Amino acid sequence: MRTPGQQLLLLGLGSVLAIALIMALLSWASGGSGAGAGVDPETGTITLVLDTEPPQMNSSLSADAISGRVLGHIMEGLTRQDANNELVPGVAERWEVTESGATFWLRNDAKWSDGKPVTAHDFVFAWRNTVDPNSASEYANIMFGIRNAEAISAGKLPLTALGVTAVNDRELRIEFANPVPYFARMTSFSTFYPIREDFYRSTQGRYASSADTLLYNGPFVMERWVHGAHIRLVKNPRYWNRDEIKLNVIDFPYFTTDGNTIINLFRDGKIAMADIGQQNIQEAQLQGWTINSFSEGALFYVEFNHRPGHVTRNRNFRKAIQYALDSSEEVNRVIKIPGYAPGRSLFPEWLDGVDDSFRKEYPVREVSPDWDKAREHLELARKELGLERFPPIMLLTGDSPVANKVSEYYQETLKQALGLEVRIDVQIFKQRLAKMLAGDFDLVMAGWSADYADPLAYGELFHSANAQNRGRYRNPEMDRQIAIARTSTDPRTRMDAFGRIQDIVVDDAVILPEYERGRLYVVDPALSGLVRRVVGFDPDFTYARIVDKVSQ
Amino acid sequence: MWRYTLTRLLQGIITIWFIATATFLAMHAVPGNPLAGDKAMTAEIQANLEAKYGLDKPVSQQYLIYMGNLMRGDLGISYTQKNREVNDIIREHFPVSATLGIIAIIFAALGGVLFGALTALYRNKWPDTVIMLMVIVGISVPSFVIAAFAQLALVRINGALGFSLLPVAGWGTVAHMIVPSLVLGLGTMAYLTRLMRSSMLEIVNSDYIRTANAKGLPATRIFTHHQLRNAILPVVTVLGPAIAAITTGGFVVELVFAIPGLGRYFVQAVQQLDYTVIMGTTVFFGAFLVLMVIAVDLLYGWIDPRVRLN
Repeated sequence: MRTPGQQLLLLGLGSVLAIALIMALLSWASGGSGAGAGVDPETGTITLVLDTEPPQMNSSLSADAISGRVLGHIMEGLTRQDANNELVPGVAERWEVTESGATFWLRNDAKWSDGKPVTAHDFVFAWRNTVDPNSASEYANIMFGIRNAEAISAGKLPLTALGVTAVNDRELRIEFANPVPYFARMTSFSTFYPIREDFYRSTQGRYASSADTLLYNGPFVMERWVHGAHIRLVKNPRYWNRDEIKLNVIDFPYFTTDGNTIINLFRDGKIAMADIGQQNIQEAQLQGWTINSFSEGALFYVEFNHRPGHVTRNRNFRKAIQYALDSSEEVNRVIKIPGYAPGRSLFPEWLDGVDDSFRKEYPVREVSPDWDKAREHLELARKELGLERFPPIMLLTGDSPVANKVSEYYQETLKQALGLEVRIDVQIFKQRLAKMLAGDFDLVMAGWSADYADPLAYGELFHSANAQNRGRYRNPEMDRQIAIARTSTDPRTRMDAFGRIQDIVVDDAVILPEYERGRLYVVDPALSGLVRRVVGFDPDFTYARIVDKVSQ
Repeated sequence: MWRYTLTRLLQGIITIWFIATATFLAMHAVPGNPLAGDKAMTAEIQANLEAKYGLDKPVSQQYLIYMGNLMRGDLGISYTQKNREVNDIIREHFPVSATLGIIAIIFAALGGVLFGALTALYRNKWPDTVIMLMVIVGISVPSFVIAAFAQLALVRINGALGFSLLPVAGWGTVAHMIVPSLVLGLGTMAYLTRLMRSSMLEIVNSDYIRTANAKGLPATRIFTHHQLRNAILPVVTVLGPAIAAITTGGFVVELVFAIPGLGRYFVQAVQQLDYTVIMGTTVFFGAFLVLMVIAVDLLYGWIDPRVRLN
């Protein structure tokens, strides 16, 4: 005779067995497979985390960093960036860019993953698809340097009017709408990747929705794509430069944005690389990992509302705020994340000038914080505006931890220095965008990262017709300088114009640069040759290889 | 019985229609453009995009189009995952959430009944104290804390052992399912334990147990045939809603353990104003919940004739 306690024990054992059986059945039904170590030298495999499911793998429509990262490994444009971020031949073996256009000569050993050659027609087809109003590509404007692209996108001209012609299978000719001296570099960007028409049509509107509705011409091909769960890239045996590719497999079996999960996976040796967020810096230091930092090249800034009816339209008011705030203090004492650099100019440090870095050739006019001067400007503003007291200033900001800290720093500093009352308006992403567009703010925290490596990417931001100019800044001199930078082909003339733009931004306090964002990350010591870059897909594992840990 | 079933089904359909309409209106009332991104677009590109998604039409017309498509079972294409149909998102990710949810519910139900019975059996002795303490923790600590702790514990255990006993995150094998489903089911397990304990204790003092004792039945038989069976009824009652809640509420656990379930899409879609995914997941989860409730109601009517409507 068993006691009730024994009976319960038996019941417990039985249920554990039952659960094990059910789980085994479910796992068999789901047909999943496990993931290996972060770096596996035997199979030449590295395992990584992907933030999310790639939102759009059709290169002619893709506009986000995650898809760009995967596409960068499986596709190749006319040119590509090498391990030192230098421009090197991709599908094109040579090219020529003039004032009125460009010509690219394609190599004859560039092949699609089904063995057919990559031809000039594949580029024509893909680029037309980008400017087609029916496909509604968010990045159509990146093509607007090509003749008729803008008119086609607006539905005023047929697709065939686009200034891109395949002279023959191996020669691609481009006519410009205006000079684009940096065009060759642009063709390494994902929007300019080729797509083959017959394959595209055969997918019947489902191109790039799965691994077998994509055709590859890059260093890797996608072997497996379980939506939202697993992507596996394997070396492309038909890639023309296959001998330079050392990795056999790049595996993404984890899709998550959770910083702690990513760190835990790295600690457990399951992934080869991990981004480190602010909350994990201490943890990473405790583990004794080598923490790498890298500047993303994105500029973050406070934008003023220049629309009528806002006190921020007054130059002296803006100058007062400019003299009151201190980007060094903001970065070093408020944000306190290694890798962040104080913002000084509209043009980030990494941009090139004529022979050297732009910022070395055209040093920015420094405005050192000076509360007395700030108060003088505020007094002038008060008189000009005829105000007794200033109304509360609305500061529109996002909901990230950094944005919270920074907006509180602004609130406190502007109160102490100028006696201004700042009201913080925290909004989630889409709502913040809606308010920015409607001009429902006095100050707003904004940011910009370039799509191509030319100062124009930043220089044209505050043109009166630029949609990104959310504060509606209007200055004929600014517009004139931008027009020079856009149309001139002489590097010196262009850089001089950017120099002028840089000065206007400081003198007129168009915006206040806050910081250039940095990233921290850790890499498994057995993985070498990882490339991080500012413009183009990042991180790049194309040239990575697995090394012996001992020999390091 | 047939009329009752039909009535309940009809009510269910009206409920789902109401959910769809209310979500649609609330969604469009939220400020913000679902198509806007970091980079501002020119007016032409914006117009092209709006035309592609049908957002250039008046809201009333969009509603009619949406409802028409819904009746045909077409939930549209996601705004954020621009190459995926919402039908596919649900088809591919709901089974993962359901698997996780089913295992979690089994854990919760078995654990709840077992521990609840144990506490009642050893009332006011140490097993009772220990288990009830854990129950309080299970009910009061939110799942994201437990999930994070469980994951950290796994990292340390794996580190100490020198090999991976259980994976830290990911999905695909039995080993991947154990910890997340335990974490997910913990709250429900604690709740069921408490429910089971009180219902067991209530029964111990009831007349028929006293009768059984007086008849001289062995203690074991009283425990299994009279106490356990009667005490389990209220647990079965709450199981229906609990299944729906667990299957649809795994967002945090899915995020922490990098599990490709539907919960993530449900939450992220709202943040990103992904109209079609918001509608698709809400209507789907709503329908699922309604069905579960109807199923439980019908089951009652079958088990207990007194519940049946006339």
